[in-house]
Amino acid sequence: MIVELGHFALMLALGVALVQAVAPLIGWFRHDARLMATATSAARAQFVAIVVSYLCLTWAFISKDFSVAYVAQNNYSEMPFIYRLTAVWGAHEGSMLLWVLVLAGWTFAVSVFNRRLPSDMRALVLSVLGFVSIGFLAFVLLTSDPFTRLFPVPADGSGLNPILQDPGMASHPPMLYMGYVGFSVAFAFAIAALITGRLDAAWARWARPWTTAAWVFLTLGITIGSWWSYHVLGWGGWWFWDPVENASFMPWLAGTALIHSLAVTEKRGLLKSWTVLLSILAFSLCLFGTFLVRSGVLVSVHAFASDPSRGLFVLGFIGAVVGVSLALYAWRAPRFKADGELRLWSREGFLLFNNVFLAAACGAVLLGELYPLIVNAVSTSKISVGPPYFNTVFFPLFGPLFVLLGFAGVVAWKRAQLRTIVQRLRIPLLLALVAAAVLPFALVGKTAVTAAAGGLLAVWIITTAVAELWRWVRSRNSAVAGLKSISRATWGMTLAHIGMAVCLIGISFNSAFSIERDARMAPGAVEHLSGYDFSLGEVHAAEGPNYTALIATVYVVKDGERIATLHPQKRTFRPGGQEQTDAGVAKGALRDLYVSLGNDFGNGTWGLRMYVEPLVRFIWYGGLLMFIGGGLAATDPRYRLARAARRVRVAADAAAETA
Amino acid sequence: MMTRRRRRLAAVSVLVLGVGAAAALALTAFNKNITYFYTPTDLYEQHITSHAVMDLGGLVQKGSIVHGAGMEISFIVTDCTRTIPVRYTGVLPDLFRDGQGVVATGRLNGDGSFVASRILAKHDSSYMPENVAARVKQADAEGRRNCGEFKSMQPTSASVAPLVRAEKHG
Repeated sequence: MIVELGHFALMLALGVALVQAVAPLIGWFRHDARLMATATSAARAQFVAIVVSYLCLTWAFISKDFSVAYVAQNNYSEMPFIYRLTAVWGAHEGSMLLWVLVLAGWTFAVSVFNRRLPSDMRALVLSVLGFVSIGFLAFVLLTSDPFTRLFPVPADGSGLNPILQDPGMASHPPMLYMGYVGFSVAFAFAIAALITGRLDAAWARWARPWTTAAWVFLTLGITIGSWWSYHVLGWGGWWFWDPVENASFMPWLAGTALIHSLAVTEKRGLLKSWTVLLSILAFSLCLFGTFLVRSGVLVSVHAFASDPSRGLFVLGFIGAVVGVSLALYAWRAPRFKADGELRLWSREGFLLFNNVFLAAACGAVLLGELYPLIVNAVSTSKISVGPPYFNTVFFPLFGPLFVLLGFAGVVAWKRAQLRTIVQRLRIPLLLALVAAAVLPFALVGKTAVTAAAGGLLAVWIITTAVAELWRWVRSRNSAVAGLKSISRATWGMTLAHIGMAVCLIGISFNSAFSIERDARMAPGAVEHLSGYDFSLGEVHAAEGPNYTALIATVYVVKDGERIATLHPQKRTFRPGGQEQTDAGVAKGALRDLYVSLGNDFGNGTWGLRMYVEPLVRFIWYGGLLMFIGGGLAATDPRYRLARAARRVRVAADAAAETA
Repeated sequence: MMTRRRRRLAAVSVLVLGVGAAAALALTAFNKNITYFYTPTDLYEQHITSHAVMDLGGLVQKGSIVHGAGMEISFIVTDCTRTIPVRYTGVLPDLFRDGQGVVATGRLNGDGSFVASRILAKHDSSYMPENVAARVKQADAEGRRNCGEFKSMQPTSASVAPLVRAEKHG
């Protein structure tokens, strides 16, 4: 009964989405305020219906209702309670339901926080979100219904893929979806701007917090994904240029570019059409990412099983979204007039370069992603494009971007002053050069070109960012007054930029200094690795809630002192006997010691894979800092619409007086 | 003082240069870093003798796994028509076993064997690379299936089936 209720609620949501999409649009054409106002209530009703539907599916998982096909495929009676909750999005159908839920959540948030938006803008934004929702609800109901019953009812489920039974998996997909779907709001604002022809500083101020919020979640989702694969996949890496990783990385690059171009649009009234185009592209890349992951065209770490009808549906949907929005763009964008002249030698000029590099990086990743798909589709030979391609293309593009980042604070809007720039950047440059020479020795005790370059750029970014804050504080009467006068958005920007630098240190040092060793070891055997002695103790069997595990004990000794005891495991899950490695990790800010248990060679010897991973955690610390920084920037009080409305009124009055 | 038009021209040319450089960079990197995927029959039929890095896909032939000293292992990869011996040193993925579909990344050796630097095995026992499945089906249809039993080739619907990699750098 509850399952049918969930199904019905989902169909109801589709009906409401139709109203939400069409009614306000008609209202806008007819200047009918009442019809436009239906958008808000429809958005809220849709949210409630989808929440009900989602809870019903969750209930089916909790109560182990194996008469539901999706539950039977992804649940198992012995599975711990928490994983029964997260199993709801463990496979295709449920994760698409989560997608729809997240979309409804964002729409609901828009309807709540943007009450003071001009009514036509609000109606159009909600209408566009309604259209997106129609597409995805139809997708779920027509091709991926999670509520389909199964007959005969199996005695027990076939279990969730063990790789997903991990805390990282509990938070990775929802965060990623929050980011993916969040860009639909930026997209909706862009389309509304195209329809109304209204694209001014106020518009940019409305769109900015939503875009930053989406970016924040995407950043966190990618960071958690990286951390999760490091722990669960057992081969010690944090990024693989895997097609599915790239699918989330492309929207991140486009979104990062969008955040910066929105700043130019707000402050200087420039790059208007580019900002709108980027909003469309970022969301299209999110849809494309969904298509890649969900259609099964990729054989990758994630390789979700394929179903051509699903792939075709999403592809058709992408075609419709991109086609309609680009047509609208071609028709309406020429009417956006820049409020002035763009000089390259200014902050807006530098931000333009930032956008060029980010867009090029995004294009390069897209090329590496698409090329094998196209070749595999049109010819008989199968190819893949591996990490070497991405590394060669990516770092030359990101290097200049990191150099530019150091100029973020010191280059003025409109026209930069060379003398001030030189004056203010002298000391950071000096510090960065010193850091390049010293930092690798200080942190790891040796040096390498990659690490020195990474250290140079990272310290350059950090010192320039901090120097700007410092200069600002000193210009005030007291330190407290100075710190108080810094806006939340500035704190956010500074933190996010520092986060990028911390991430860069982690990436460059880890790629330069990480060491791995595979060895066949008997109990008592010792392997020397970069100053650490790894020795195997015993290997014993143990029982988990729904698996049996082989647990090895590995001791790590440095300078005659035992510094860590690790317990890498190999788990065999019921039902199905799927195996899963669980690495033993001694975490440290400056280095991780990482061991995963490999195959049993018989006669008491085991394959072991050992890693010393310097500064790997900096990568995730950096991601967290970007998350916090973005969060601060998105919640800056100046975006609050009550205030903004007042300010706009005051400005309008002033303009009326001077006119 | 530059005129407005000149300035705009300068801006556009800088952008074009930047984008062009990026494209050139991407295309060069591209040519060097494409990995082709072959089954043993592909290698034979297309007379591939290249020593470039490639992906070799197939099934691990039953009873062919031999452990050498230390981490060395050798086994035979088959697509039910042709076979090729593979050598690898390192930790194997969890699901590496007889009859399992594998993708080995490495180079052809002069003696006709394949030296793998990385082994991928799918976390799902019914996984098989698409080309390999096609080859096996073809062999099946011609009544030449000689590589023994393996589980269904149908992809299990709606399940996440990650690959597990064993990788050896350098």
